[in-house]
Amino acid sequence: MSEQTRPLLEMRGVSKSFPGVKALDRVDLQVYPGEVLALVGENGAGKSTLMKILSGVHRMDEGEIYLEGKAVSLPDPLSSQKAGISIIYQELNTLNNLSIAENIFIGREPIAKNGLVDRQRQHREARALLDEVKLPLDTQTLTGKLSTAQKQMVEVAKALSFNAKLIIMDEPTSSLTNAETRTLFDIVRRLKARGVAIVFITHRMVEIFQIADRVAVLRDGQMAATMHARDTTEADIISAMVGREIGDLYVKEVAPLGEVALEVQGLSTKNRLHDVSFYVRSGEILGFAGLVGAGRSEVMRAVFGIDPRQSGTILVRGKKAAIRKTGDALRYGIGFVPEDRKEQALILDMTVKKNMSLAALDRVSRGWFIDRLRESRLAEKFVSLLRVRTPSLEQRVKNLSGGNQQKVVIAKWMANEPLILILDEPTRGIDVGAKKEIHKLMSDLARQGVAIVLVSSELPEVIGMSDRIVVMHEGRVKGSFDRRGVTQEEIMQMAVS
Amino acid sequence: MNPQDKKTNLSLWYRNSSAASTLTILLILLLMSTALAIAAPAFLKASNLLSTARNFSAIAVAGIGVSVVILTGNIDISIGSIYGLAGVSVAMLMKSGWSLVPAVAAGMAVGGLCGLANGLLVVYLRLPSYIATLGMMQIVRGVCYILTQGYPVSGMADSFKWIGQGELMGVPLPIYFMVLFALVFAVFRNRTKTGRRIFALGGNEEATRISGVNTKALKILCFVLAGVCAAFAGVINASKVGVAQPTAGNGFEMDAIASVIIGGSSMGGGVGTVTGTLIGAAIMGVLRNALVLLSVESYWQTLVMGVVIISAVTIDQLRKARR
Repeated sequence: MSEQTRPLLEMRGVSKSFPGVKALDRVDLQVYPGEVLALVGENGAGKSTLMKILSGVHRMDEGEIYLEGKAVSLPDPLSSQKAGISIIYQELNTLNNLSIAENIFIGREPIAKNGLVDRQRQHREARALLDEVKLPLDTQTLTGKLSTAQKQMVEVAKALSFNAKLIIMDEPTSSLTNAETRTLFDIVRRLKARGVAIVFITHRMVEIFQIADRVAVLRDGQMAATMHARDTTEADIISAMVGREIGDLYVKEVAPLGEVALEVQGLSTKNRLHDVSFYVRSGEILGFAGLVGAGRSEVMRAVFGIDPRQSGTILVRGKKAAIRKTGDALRYGIGFVPEDRKEQALILDMTVKKNMSLAALDRVSRGWFIDRLRESRLAEKFVSLLRVRTPSLEQRVKNLSGGNQQKVVIAKWMANEPLILILDEPTRGIDVGAKKEIHKLMSDLARQGVAIVLVSSELPEVIGMSDRIVVMHEGRVKGSFDRRGVTQEEIMQMAVS
Repeated sequence: MNPQDKKTNLSLWYRNSSAASTLTILLILLLMSTALAIAAPAFLKASNLLSTARNFSAIAVAGIGVSVVILTGNIDISIGSIYGLAGVSVAMLMKSGWSLVPAVAAGMAVGGLCGLANGLLVVYLRLPSYIATLGMMQIVRGVCYILTQGYPVSGMADSFKWIGQGELMGVPLPIYFMVLFALVFAVFRNRTKTGRRIFALGGNEEATRISGVNTKALKILCFVLAGVCAAFAGVINASKVGVAQPTAGNGFEMDAIASVIIGGSSMGGGVGTVTGTLIGAAIMGVLRNALVLLSVESYWQTLVMGVVIISAVTIDQLRKARR
């Protein structure tokens, strides 16, 4: 808050690259004692990388970090802990089979004279910490029995036990109820009063204004802006977040729109999705925008029969489609490129050819038997059509680059000649050239009459490629836009609140 | 292509290809056989070779079956009990007047049903396959004892002995059956749609499911196949001995699984060949024969088998790790 005091943490010119991406580009950041700094940015803006550098998980390529004026290096999580930095991850790290006290003191249990763990002392100290975070639970309670909010409190208590001066919280409220969020904010305020600095990563604008003193906005790995929460507006923050250039991205060509190919009505799943409805015509690309966790992938998984649906109707070409497993979706002519190609789409140890034919084996077989000639021809066709750079059809896909792997996944579904193609983050983590090729391909497919649903966290991609855009927020459809004239700001505004 | 590339390709091939894995263990088998032929020339006598092959054919048949389960990344340790139950069932049916073919078919169906139970437990109760088949191992063995009251079943018509003791053109029938199973399964695994999907499932179950494959049904099928093969192996054995013991196949599952692992299959799934399993079974068979020919005390045999399993897999690991 008070700029006259010395910053607790100062980062100067911090950069970090991963193969193919500059995740952080000369980032400067100051955090002052006793302040709450909200760190915001689109998906992929660099928040996690920044956090992982502070926690010692990643090492920065260049730059300097000062703690209380002294230069520090944070080569591993332990030294970062010792320096007084604690991180509370979104996916909490509690060990559910251990008690609260054991969780807090794991790896540094107080030892009695006889060489065994001094359980009395451990209990006493844990008790004091739990009182500080106002968690009225027995220290011997198994952590597995706690709610998410309570586990978070245990993590905060653990951070306090390290005498943490800086606590970073990664979207701590994303799985909390309103009441739990209020409790968390109370504790944040108490920590603040004790002079602890809090970096609060969030997507929720309301919370920023409730709790933060300052806001830092990351965009494409750069620090786009830092501002005081009290003299800024939601619109200011959003425009700093989305200032990304649309530039030379590929733009979908005009294709004649046909009948409604896929219509989803009132789709709900347990705890996750509420009354989601949308439709897409053949020849059309329907974009899905929203923040990570908004439920876009969940919609696609439920439509494709991967996850169970609680209610809702799926119509394919106007007729009710009974999709209960993925094989049903396939028979209705739906293809699905999932968001994680290595975990969900590819058999990494199999060859390019075998991966490409996996969803279309019926097309290259006679009876039970695979016709190897037809299989090779199919793979050859798509390798040349999609310009997959591979030394041979027999190359294992794990040896291909990300972009070429993604082309193999797309080929797998094209081989099945789908009427409807769902693409979840089809260009994530691939190089610019391959990205453009995939955009061109999507445009071509639409022109051939395929109905495409595109889920993407990159707003320029959604705007450039989609005919219409659906925006999701916390499991619901918030609204939709015609692509003509819509701005990134308008979409982001809808996605965050 | 310059020679440098060629060399890299070769070493890459050697490290990655299943064929290279099979070649390596074939080499081990040949080395063992050569050493044995020198130490005990009687090894090379046709009668000895044929009886050795006859003796490992039951392991090979069961191994070929369980290798399909292993290909999915699961395991079936109930096959020893299924082997015992199938022998007992066929013997009892024949004793009650059934003729050979329907009795054997029924015995294989019993094995298939046990496999079905395994598959349902793994897929629908989500039990780890090791646990599900550990339980089934006991249950099926218990059924053996209950059916026979603990007594061996004997006094079947002579046709019962045909499968295990018969010969065709001087070659014991079990060898033909082993070759038949190997051919059918090699074609099934490498040429059919289902076979391809099993490999895919073993490589990445989630991706296979998202590719529209009914992975649940596929897994159940694999357990059924393992059960059917184990049952036929049990029939071969009972017929060879001429008596169906309720205790037959105690510990047999480990021999069958060992032949699959020695044969280069990965316990993690997705990797393995039928030929490899066949060679794995042959290594076990030759080794048993060696210990007999060299009159090694039988107590030592078990120990040596363990050493061979560990060595064979270690050699294969080293091959993959080579740079």
